[in-house]
Amino acid sequence: MNFYDIVFYLFAALTIASAGVLVFSRNVVYSAVGLLFALSGVAGLYVLLAADFVAIVQILIYVGGILVLLLFGVMLSQKGMRVDIGTGAKQLGPAMIVVAGVLVVLFRMIMKTPWALQSVSEFEPTTNKIGVLMMTDYLIPFEIASVLLLGALVGAAFIARKD
Amino acid sequence: MIVPTSYYLFLGGILFTIGVVGVLTRRNAIVIFMSIELMLNAVNLTLVSFSNHLNSLEGQVFVFFVMVVAAAEVAVGLALVVAIFRTKNTVNVDEFNLLKW
Repeated sequence: MNFYDIVFYLFAALTIASAGVLVFSRNVVYSAVGLLFALSGVAGLYVLLAADFVAIVQILIYVGGILVLLLFGVMLSQKGMRVDIGTGAKQLGPAMIVVAGVLVVLFRMIMKTPWALQSVSEFEPTTNKIGVLMMTDYLIPFEIASVLLLGALVGAAFIARKD
Repeated sequence: MIVPTSYYLFLGGILFTIGVVGVLTRRNAIVIFMSIELMLNAVNLTLVSFSNHLNSLEGQVFVFFVMVVAAAEVAVGLALVVAIFRTKNTVNVDEFNLLKW
């Protein structure tokens, strides 16, 4: 077991444990903190996968943007200082059956597929190449995504407006 | 790379499943949003591991688009939650029955 393996298992354990906290915690703020660590763990795994640009964007957008937005949502939708509201779990039995089915299907698919051995390649920065891809092959989706984001933000401001 | 790609796929599968558990069992709208983010992250992890496996950057471009859509979704969703909280004074999804008849 070398350093790479240890780091992988560390980040994997961190991610799964915080995801468990996120889903099973009674307190919404604990859930948000669980999400913070889960997102950071995934960012670490991106670094291990030699995806430097995506890792930075993960930290910037998810941890810096979406998580803060979710925390604002938590703060804006609580009654007074009481953090604990009716957040009970329901239909645990049927949900577990569905989830076990999903997990079995996914794992069978992963185990039955003969994965080709990947070549070990030198790390090279990806930001430049991703930028070139976005401005050439994926220009139309890129523009559509920016229009979607603009529309979504204007719509969100309109919906949340007090009138 | 020393850790096989399938390990990353297993991890993505487990994360996705935990997200499904959250969406199916929790009743707080904001926790459901967080679980959806977790599922999106699981898929992103799968995309990046395939991008690494196939030595192609297109998977990472897709991850970028998924993140953009996730940001849009969270913005609109939280605006809806705040608007509904203002009228119904709750974020329990079982009590959102405005569209039922």
